[in-house]
Amino acid sequence: MSLLAKKSASANGSNDIKDAVIRLAGNSQDGIQTVGGFLARLAGRSAQEVMTYMTIPSTISGGASIFQVRIGSGEVLSPGDEADFLIAFYQDSYENHLSSLKEGGVCLYDSDHVEPDTSDKRFTFVGVPMTSTTVEAIGGSARDRGKNIFVLGLLTKLFELERNKLVKIIESQFKRKHESVLRNAMLAFDSGYAYETGDVLSQSYAFEPGEAVEDNRITTDGNTALTYGLLAAGVRYGAGYPITPWSSIMETLRTELPKYGGTFIQSEDELAAISSAIGFAYAGHIAVTGSSGPGLSLKMEALGYACMAELPLVIVNVQRGGPSTGLPTSVEQSDLMQAIYGSHGDSPRVILAPKDVEDCYYIAIEACRIAKKYSTPVIILTDQSLSSRIEAFPEPDISDVKEPTLDLQMQPSEFRPYPLDSQTKHAPPGTKMAEGKYPVVTGLEHDEWGHPSSNPELHQEMTNRRRDKIKQLASSLSKLEIYGESEGDVLLIGWGSTWGPIREAVDYAKRNNQKVSSIHLRHIHPMPNGIDEIIENFNKAIVVEMNDEGLYGYGQLATLLRARYSNPKILCLTKTNGLGFKISEILEGIKNA
Amino acid sequence: MSSVTQNEPEKLTKKALKADHPTWCPGCGDFTVLACFFKVLEELQIPHENICTIAGIGCSSRFPYFVNSHGLHFIHGRALPLATGVSLSRPDLHVFAFGGDGDGFSIGGNHLEHCARKNPNLTYVIMDNFVYGLTKKQTSPTSPIGFQSKTDPNGAMDMPVNPMKKLVASGASFIARTHSNQVKHMTEMFSRAIKHKGFSVIEVLSECTMFYKGAFDDGNPRKGGTFEIIDEKTGDGSDEDMERHDISSETEAYALADLQYPGKFGVFYKKERASKNDLEQNLIKSGQEKSGDLDAKKLIAARFKAMR
Repeated sequence: MSLLAKKSASANGSNDIKDAVIRLAGNSQDGIQTVGGFLARLAGRSAQEVMTYMTIPSTISGGASIFQVRIGSGEVLSPGDEADFLIAFYQDSYENHLSSLKEGGVCLYDSDHVEPDTSDKRFTFVGVPMTSTTVEAIGGSARDRGKNIFVLGLLTKLFELERNKLVKIIESQFKRKHESVLRNAMLAFDSGYAYETGDVLSQSYAFEPGEAVEDNRITTDGNTALTYGLLAAGVRYGAGYPITPWSSIMETLRTELPKYGGTFIQSEDELAAISSAIGFAYAGHIAVTGSSGPGLSLKMEALGYACMAELPLVIVNVQRGGPSTGLPTSVEQSDLMQAIYGSHGDSPRVILAPKDVEDCYYIAIEACRIAKKYSTPVIILTDQSLSSRIEAFPEPDISDVKEPTLDLQMQPSEFRPYPLDSQTKHAPPGTKMAEGKYPVVTGLEHDEWGHPSSNPELHQEMTNRRRDKIKQLASSLSKLEIYGESEGDVLLIGWGSTWGPIREAVDYAKRNNQKVSSIHLRHIHPMPNGIDEIIENFNKAIVVEMNDEGLYGYGQLATLLRARYSNPKILCLTKTNGLGFKISEILEGIKNA
Repeated sequence: MSSVTQNEPEKLTKKALKADHPTWCPGCGDFTVLACFFKVLEELQIPHENICTIAGIGCSSRFPYFVNSHGLHFIHGRALPLATGVSLSRPDLHVFAFGGDGDGFSIGGNHLEHCARKNPNLTYVIMDNFVYGLTKKQTSPTSPIGFQSKTDPNGAMDMPVNPMKKLVASGASFIARTHSNQVKHMTEMFSRAIKHKGFSVIEVLSECTMFYKGAFDDGNPRKGGTFEIIDEKTGDGSDEDMERHDISSETEAYALADLQYPGKFGVFYKKERASKNDLEQNLIKSGQEKSGDLDAKKLIAARFKAMR
């Protein structure tokens, strides 16, 4: 619920606002992501909360593209259901996105390209010749580059943004390019800043001072946050194959890891990528591989091996719309069952999911910790919306970041990698063995020494062992925190990027005197114990997730919770239109449950 | 086996390298491959703990169980990308991959091609028996046309892979071919392959006595065949030398690969070029220099500062 909460006009003729959603709609080559990114970073530096949302067509150039940025002085948890401002670059941007503008909102359009229906009294229309004014300002360039920066100037004036801070951000962005690029950008910016919108929009808007702590906040997207979490946790080796929206993680690792003395290799396919990552793990390192839905499927056989051989490994899966090639640039949470059960045989592994951009950093660290401690593959289920959206959050404390070490301590003669009574411990190659007897790591069922064996009792014992170590992790997890009252009518249960919209829905429902609370799972498999006790105190528990209800009427996490607790109170709210949950949809779901 | 002390590395012996008795059938060609491997390791005196044997799936891929060294028995066809990971992250190790024709040319064919192109520092031994043995006689990618198997009772119809041609085309930097009955030749090939910097591959014709008996008799003088060794150029400038094989020539390697079966044995091709290990190390060196040799904490702090 983004509300352009107008307050009384202040002395300088501007309206103080608390929260605004600005949607920029154009084509993918217009650089609207750049503008959105600048606004997000400015908000991050100005103690404002910020969240962005973007769609990029999977065509390389051309095609409609939007960037939505929500800036607020209070807590911002979702990209916003509806826009307060729509900036339309073309006729089709205007036509396709007017419906996203809330009543009373402002449509700012490029009068060189757009002819709006100004008789529509629901909105305020402001025409600005963006293209021609930019061309004029920069000096007659035939190509209409720079109108994005013109618009940024326009918005800076309109929202009374901190011009000096923004100029610094623009300078730092363009400093590596030719000086004429920065000069043209500043000409376009100043031209937009100086443009008089005239009588129609006589007032400007100013954000109330932010509530966030101004110092030491960083602004970045989920994939970048996740990548730096991996680096902070000591990941120095990895392998991957390009697929949207995972690719930016591997690109960053490929360019960053050499600085850390590490290597990330681009493999010939997904199977090779996970195989090389297992090679790194076997060699004694904490390693990473990753992909998106279809690529995770290809990795499944080798993942089963890592479960059997009990090797530590982090696998990032940036979920997108499926199945098959599906909706490569849209969001979905339909890889949960694949992540948990995707391999052949009984192959328990760990699944984690970050709740927002900041959490992408911390979940990566948690994944590495678990992978090492329990000597197990850990899958991070992030998603397309988290991957590219930008948020501002407190700069993580890196005081305990250490350089990873390789443990090649000589092992005693009684060395057992898979003891039935304690944790798995490998002796990586290079380790001297006291009696000169060296271990072989295998995907065959094996005894405590790692030696192949098809003894029936042993297979049962080893299956128990691989399962029980994951259950041990479950009992070490802290109890889930309840957002809201610990008893009431409806408990919303979420995982992954639905965290924000669910929380906003709870806030809204509470303001309307509904007894709604929520819990959120970051550890999904194993899930923490005690969820049943929480559900007990509510009449209904609705699992909100972006996947299909399937043949039996329940979403993927809902199915698991029902299987675990056999509790008919557990219901579900699912959607698969490639877009995140709107607050209104969750509220509607509560009403209909 | 006596205990190893940290100070005096014990001499590496065949005895110390022996592990489980191989599960191969009596007469299987792979036995001699194992014996030659022991012999070469003994000659080279590689530190015992730094030997790492890796394999996929197949009869020959049981290899790591029969060598007392650090080892890993992986999934079907993917030994090479795994071995690449081990090699790239551990310059102290000597990495060996073993497998058969199914593992190398069929399910893992793509990896062989790309491993050849990437040129990581490791040695790959393909025990080629022209048949699927572990699964009991199905057509393999190297089965000749007409070979009767359980999947081709009327004779194989698909053109077999030409391993030497495939390897030359893929860019492998050391390519050799030998025969499991020729211990001396095989040992020499192993030794040269191990000393090569980069990706070295040896195809060993290794008979499956159970499902393709006599497959390589044509290359075995004791069975009436001929074992013709490639006469390599010595560079002595003589007329005879002009006729000899130039191991640096792809064209000549191709011509050799086109000879009628059983063809010739020896080094088909060898090229000195930077290994992936070296190239990645260069990247690390320049990356660290450019960033001022900062430690992880400082690198991350600098990045966070730029995100403010």
